[in-house]
Amino acid sequence: MSEIDISKLPKGGKGFMHDFAADQTIFKGVPWGKAMMWIFLLSDTFIFSCFLISLMTARGSATAEWPYPSEVFGLTMFGVEVPLLLIAIMTFVLITSSGTMALAVKYGYEKNRKMCAWLILATAVGGLTFVGMQAFEWSKLIFHDGVRPWGNPFGAEQFGAFFFMITGFHGTHVSIGVIFLFIFARKTFRGDFDTGRRGYFTSMKSDYKAIEILGLYWHFVDLVWVFIFAFFYLW
Amino acid sequence: MEQNNKKTTTHSIGIYLWIWGLLFVFSTFSYLVDWYNFQGLLRWSLIIFFMLLKAGLIMAIFMHLYWERWAIVNVLLWPMTAIGVFIGIMALESEYTFLTRTLFFVIGG
Repeated sequence: MSEIDISKLPKGGKGFMHDFAADQTIFKGVPWGKAMMWIFLLSDTFIFSCFLISLMTARGSATAEWPYPSEVFGLTMFGVEVPLLLIAIMTFVLITSSGTMALAVKYGYEKNRKMCAWLILATAVGGLTFVGMQAFEWSKLIFHDGVRPWGNPFGAEQFGAFFFMITGFHGTHVSIGVIFLFIFARKTFRGDFDTGRRGYFTSMKSDYKAIEILGLYWHFVDLVWVFIFAFFYLW
Repeated sequence: MEQNNKKTTTHSIGIYLWIWGLLFVFSTFSYLVDWYNFQGLLRWSLIIFFMLLKAGLIMAIFMHLYWERWAIVNVLLWPMTAIGVFIGIMALESEYTFLTRTLFFVIGG
């Protein structure tokens, strides 16, 4: 693959015109895998947007009282009622794993194999912790509170369907991410990105750019959680 | 090639740690909105403000969009206006549904 020296190209608005008018690759200096990941994430953005917009529509049109998330997801710690405690911890865990991922990408490009691999592993553990806490949250709501997609003891019946759909879809993304993080941690420890060892699925050689692409996915999962936290839990 | 990568994609560790810290701070702030039980317009505007700040930092720094060329940045961000329009349409729709439901329950079918 021939590399384009993007530092010589015009930048900003001029660069935008230049890249689009060049009758060549538009996304200069962007590996094809990264461009495809971004396009996938864009389509995923639309899916999550549809979920959250449906939530807005259902909540706005419900005549019954919408359950107050602050109380529904509150936990009693040492006899004190703490609102959204678990959700707040989950948020911090996911942000932390996003931070370790960002550092993994940085060390990857610096060819610091060990550091990169440990940071990917730390990210995977963070993601796993998040999924674990989500499983706890789901089981508490299902078995303890009796929340179902068709009804719940707190208020408007639509609440359960939206809770399971939105957090479930996000949790699926996190779980898939965790699986890939563990695979990539192993690949990095083994030095696949230094030796150009061919991938099991793709049978293609890869380098540390793959970690940035994986990182994009992981940061996106964190990004979606920012919106879910705001619109589902805090609103 | 390696030289090129170095120039365009690695940044000092400081900026990542800063953004990491800021994300923690903003998350704490948005949690405090709930903790202090702000209600109404203040609650909603604070939630959206911290949400957009966090989203912006993640996209710009963690996802490197700040350093990308405008071609890909524009291709990724302009579609968001379609989502904005969709939010507007569905907000109207939900108000209309709420109105007809209320009328149904008050006056009857």
